[in-house]
Amino acid sequence: MTDLATKPSAGTSIGWAFSDIKTVTWRNLIRTVRVPEAMFFSTLQPIMFVLLFRYVFSSIPVPGGSYVNYLMPGIFVQTLCFGAVSTSIGLAEDLQSGLLERFRALPMSRAAVLGGRTSADVVRNVFVIILMTGVGLLVGFRPQSNPLDYLLACLIILLFSYSLMWGFAIIGLKAPNAETAQLMSFPILFPLTFASSAFVNPATMPSWLRGFAENQPVSQAVDAARSLMVGGVYHNASAPWVSLAWSIGLLIVFVPLAVRSYRNA
Amino acid sequence: MSSEIAVTASDLRVTFRKGEVKALDGFDLEVPTGQVIGLLGPNGAGKTTAVRVLSTILRPDTGSAQVLGHDVVKEAGRVRRLIGLAGQYATVDEQLTGMENLTMVGKLCHLKRSSVAPRAVELLEQFGLSDAGGRPVKTYSGGMRRRLDLAAALVARPPILFLDEPTTGLDPQSRLGLWDVIEALVKGGTTVLLTTQYLEEADRLAQSIVVIDKGHVIAKGTPAELKAELGATVLELTLASEEAAQQTAALLATLSTKTPHIDGVTVGLTVDEGPKIAAEALRRMDADGIDMLGLALHEPSLDDVFLALTGRKAEVDTEALVEGTTRKGRKAKEAS
Repeated sequence: MTDLATKPSAGTSIGWAFSDIKTVTWRNLIRTVRVPEAMFFSTLQPIMFVLLFRYVFSSIPVPGGSYVNYLMPGIFVQTLCFGAVSTSIGLAEDLQSGLLERFRALPMSRAAVLGGRTSADVVRNVFVIILMTGVGLLVGFRPQSNPLDYLLACLIILLFSYSLMWGFAIIGLKAPNAETAQLMSFPILFPLTFASSAFVNPATMPSWLRGFAENQPVSQAVDAARSLMVGGVYHNASAPWVSLAWSIGLLIVFVPLAVRSYRNA
Repeated sequence: MSSEIAVTASDLRVTFRKGEVKALDGFDLEVPTGQVIGLLGPNGAGKTTAVRVLSTILRPDTGSAQVLGHDVVKEAGRVRRLIGLAGQYATVDEQLTGMENLTMVGKLCHLKRSSVAPRAVELLEQFGLSDAGGRPVKTYSGGMRRRLDLAAALVARPPILFLDEPTTGLDPQSRLGLWDVIEALVKGGTTVLLTTQYLEEADRLAQSIVVIDKGHVIAKGTPAELKAELGATVLELTLASEEAAQQTAALLATLSTKTPHIDGVTVGLTVDEGPKIAAEALRRMDADGIDMLGLALHEPSLDDVFLALTGRKAEVDTEALVEGTTRKGRKAKEAS
């Protein structure tokens, strides 16, 4: 009983919170690579989207004239937004399997489950961005800006998808199972990503839709990415700041709600 | 054995669905240090809810509970360092290997970095999982999974262990194997609260049994005391018709201190001296010319305990069971 080896080692609670988030992140990433089919298809999907939109819609008139340059920042944001669904699915699965029950009875940080889930999903999103940049370059995407602005654009949309993940965490913790969590996510994601500036210029949309499409947060993230990645006619000095404000605002709303859902789940 | 109390619960109340379902309704419990207490009851009696409250997962509506003197609500963090939880609802990760599961729990219990892996290896060995340690848990059999689950609860060597229906859904052989493991554990001095639907399991593992129904305790005592109160044996007679069953029950009522139980064409009687009473029953029925289709003597089961204590059958809720078919199979075996 007094075995030194199994006595908890000393540490601060903040230190433990980081260590626990790291452990849960590691566990979630292992799970991802353990299911090669899921890995394959979640890699294939963004590639397929790039190819489909690039060639099927290439004749859509857009400002600047090059549809691929218009499309790529949009498809980055769209794919990252859809990636946030995995946050809700992952949490719903853990809740369903009973693993969260075990976690709650452990002396680990209360932040670890949500922090670990969202961190793992951010890691996956970084991988997706790198992959899609590669595919985009192959099909004619030509970012005009400098690498630093490109990186900045990536960070802005990663932060935006991160703020969405906390919203989807709430869905995952409220849904009765993983399938339902996924179904519940789509009615939110489709209007947000398609009634936006991601694929089509909102100026061409019916007027009742245009107001929404121009001002909603997905469009702000897309406009910010387009301004920083491609620049030129897409230059928009305010969009990066507006997108940043949206992300922070969403986090301020979603994080406490998600934490509360986790406590009550 | 120390007479100190390791776990206490007083007047716990928990309701679900806005008060419609009373999962715990004035639940009291005392678990002495170093003892194994069996919490016995049918599905839906409140066993899992009690364990969830005691292991800090669920806050009670009212009432209080302490683990080694620490309040499960106000000092939840402290309590979590003292307990291990294993059972039907708290599980391991399917995609991770046995080794990865145990190292993850070790890290989350904040063991010293250098002792996380050795402790995991030690536990895998102790539970006969050394060869399977490198395989994902989804390839494990039901029995192996439960053993890993138990191992995960023991990573930080907690002085108090909660085992929530540790063998529900297991085949008889795996069940016996797990009982051996739990018995060995208890010899090491761990205090255990074990919930179960099987009197046989509580009888074998627990020094004391608490019977729970509808969220509160309806009886407690040692297995021997409970059985003595109940009558040592159950005499079950199968008749040709319901009418004959009624007739037989009336005829044999004087043979037992408890009222005979009639269920269709069968009559159940709890008695002290089985064979002797059975012979007397045969004589009486022969004299009255009642034909019998079957006669059986068996040890009282949870159903019988329940019948004696509440006057109704224990309802087994198969919906809540993960491995329903195996369970049903055994239920049928038990009934035969």
